[in-house]
Amino acid sequence: MVMLTVALIAFAMFQFVGDPIANMVGQDTSLAEREQLKEDLGLNGSIFTQFGHFVKNAVQGEFGRSYRLRKPVRELIAERFPATLELSLLSAFLALLVGIPMGVFTALRRDSWLAQGFMTLSLIGISLPTFLIGIFLILFFGVMLQWLPTFGRGDVVDLGWWTTGFLTISGWKSLIMPAITLAIFQMTLIVRLIRAEMLEVLRSDYIKFARARGLRERSISFSHALKNTLVPVITIIGLQIGSLIAFAIITESVFQWPGMGLLFIQAIEEVDIPIMSAYLLLIAFVFVLINLVVDVLYYAIDPRLRMD
Amino acid sequence: MKMKSLVIAGVSALALSAVAAVPASAKTFKFAFQGDAQSLDPHSLNETFTLGMLGNVYEPLIDYDKDMKKIPGLATKWEAVSPTKWKFTLRQGVKFHNGNAFTADDVIFTWERMGSEGSDQKARAGLISKMTKVDDFTLMIETPVPNPTVLNEMTNMFIMDKEWAVKNNATKSSSPKDAGRDGSYATTHENGTGPFIVESRQPDVKTVFVRYKDHWNKNIATNVDRVEFTPIKQAATRVAALLSGQIDLVYPVPVQDWKRLNSAPGVKALAGPEARTIFLGMDQMRDELLHSSVKGKNPFKDIRVRKAFAHAIDLNAIKKAIMRGAATPSGLMWAPQIQGFNAASNTPYKYDPAMSKKLLADAGYGDGFTVTMDCPNNRYVNDEKICQAVAGMMAKVGVKIDLLAQPKSKYFAKVLAQGGYNTSFYLLGWTPGSMDVYNVFNSLIACQNKEKKAGAFNLGGYCNSRITELTAIVASETDVAKRQAAIDESAKILQDEVGYLPLHQQPLSWGVRDGVNVAQRADNVLDYRDVVMP
Repeated sequence: MVMLTVALIAFAMFQFVGDPIANMVGQDTSLAEREQLKEDLGLNGSIFTQFGHFVKNAVQGEFGRSYRLRKPVRELIAERFPATLELSLLSAFLALLVGIPMGVFTALRRDSWLAQGFMTLSLIGISLPTFLIGIFLILFFGVMLQWLPTFGRGDVVDLGWWTTGFLTISGWKSLIMPAITLAIFQMTLIVRLIRAEMLEVLRSDYIKFARARGLRERSISFSHALKNTLVPVITIIGLQIGSLIAFAIITESVFQWPGMGLLFIQAIEEVDIPIMSAYLLLIAFVFVLINLVVDVLYYAIDPRLRMD
Repeated sequence: MKMKSLVIAGVSALALSAVAAVPASAKTFKFAFQGDAQSLDPHSLNETFTLGMLGNVYEPLIDYDKDMKKIPGLATKWEAVSPTKWKFTLRQGVKFHNGNAFTADDVIFTWERMGSEGSDQKARAGLISKMTKVDDFTLMIETPVPNPTVLNEMTNMFIMDKEWAVKNNATKSSSPKDAGRDGSYATTHENGTGPFIVESRQPDVKTVFVRYKDHWNKNIATNVDRVEFTPIKQAATRVAALLSGQIDLVYPVPVQDWKRLNSAPGVKALAGPEARTIFLGMDQMRDELLHSSVKGKNPFKDIRVRKAFAHAIDLNAIKKAIMRGAATPSGLMWAPQIQGFNAASNTPYKYDPAMSKKLLADAGYGDGFTVTMDCPNNRYVNDEKICQAVAGMMAKVGVKIDLLAQPKSKYFAKVLAQGGYNTSFYLLGWTPGSMDVYNVFNSLIACQNKEKKAGAFNLGGYCNSRITELTAIVASETDVAKRQAAIDESAKILQDEVGYLPLHQQPLSWGVRDGVNVAQRADNVLDYRDVVMP
């Protein structure tokens, strides 16, 4: 249902993105041929006819052919998916690895100068737009120091069903800057979220009891307090991973990262409707899937939900 | 177990790539452009970058050198037997990349394929009415009418191997209409005769070319063995890739980055005149403008208003402030590189705002009026900024411009024929694909005429019956002096009537690493034949 709605909204929007034909033919192509092409592609039908046609094919796993690249959309997305997924997962991992300890630390040592420093940093991270962070990184590490490649994925290893940059040095080098760029916003979000939740939990009665029982501070913070902050945090993080995949668009276009986001943004520019519709549908699917996983995870973390 | 096999796959792939690495002496040239070629099929899309890139892989009978002069390609010589008949002598001993020999049959096949359904080269194929094979290396080519530009058009007829196409079921040009069916094999594979072979390609990501060792011409300037092409969409990323030393050449470079490139060590900006003319057009066909405060009449039908516009725009200010001194202000709708250009006719309108004001007052618009201007914002060099400048200049003489700047997809959808020429005042750029002035006449200046396929891009509907007569002469007169006289007369009429407001030829703007020599062709094509690495 969600996906059907997304598809319908997407199709309604496609009426306003412009004319695909002008990008598909050269300037010497006659008007009659242009009209014929439009007719052949089914662009003259009403939006509902077009939508019905699309849904019928999509159910069978057929998304048509890209107007611009003239390859099946399914193939194009399959080619690009690994790049986006590797980038998103690495930055999610980075964000969690750095964000959770920082969040816990800032909650426990609220007044230390280091915690204050972290909070200032997270404020900067949350307010700087992604493309600016990316450009700064490129300028500093790519152009001035020349340590890291400024664009692309480096050498990738093709495993047949998957292409990965994790197995080569240039692949890792290429990953660093885009992953950091993408991770910073998520990281700062996690820091602030964990800190706020922790402060709340630390004030609650059972923590006071735990202290009264003389448990070690470390075990209170990590096994009692942190565990209880995780439920809302997981919801947010789950959705954030979805948005990492969906909104890698900006990072991907700054770093010319050959993922789905770049494919999508180029599709918008050239009015490549088959790619746009398939991409939006896929993202809707990812969000549905993540919501499901998050719901299942609640059960694993919160024993109260398992009672009935 | 699975993990282990993954690691092994990775390691062996690493080892393989090490083995496959080119020897140290081999020269690799890396470049980036803002987009990618849409297809490897040379007949499926008539677009500059696609054809320019494929020109390294496929070859025409007649080619351009770096100064856009016609030179022998797969034909060694050609002569006019009669005004409508040419005799071509083909080059012998040429082999396609798969080893097949090149003969007259391949030329005839290519011509037929260009005319096939789905081809975007149908207009070019239509210029030739008949091809007759005399022997394997002699060909008679006939045109329906005397045509002085057919040789220019032939520089974009890329010859494909007939046998290969038949074998791979690619005898018809691939087209976007093939959606859903099996696409043409030629979209993703190539078999040309050119000096470079496509080794691998992932659209939008990377295309690798290697030198074709058995190419017929051993005197090509280039010393490059391998070309790696990466599309990089964002201008800032493109420039950074050049500055960081990962790429040898990038284009286009925003003109505002020239200073930075020239002050950075090891790279420089490379600017030259492009054959693209940027101009403004006005709706002169409707009785009332679609987007204006003037109701009941069309101010652009009044020549005084058109003149007032012409004299209100300061071309030199646009050149200096927006184009960083790199544009060539123009009084003609075609550039100096175009066949038929005559410097004597090329006088831009004088900048004279006082005269503009007077003309507007005479025409009854002393208090000015409002008109909407359509402008693309991602198509030409600084297109939106030019429109803003024009709006500012027009404001000085009392005309208020409502600027509607949009991405090219939306802009073209609105202003071109399929959008019903829905514009009152617009900015457009034009490079004739044939590099001959006739294309400009037929597309932009001739009266709109659907049956004759004329004036399709004459968005404002400018129409002059004398120019229509002269266009017919330009189309078919093979006597150069007579033809030039017709061109010059039309240029004068067009300028006197202010049919269009030409602005300038925009600059080519490339960024290149020091020591890398390239030829910057006026049609913005990068020919690998002219790339010399240090």
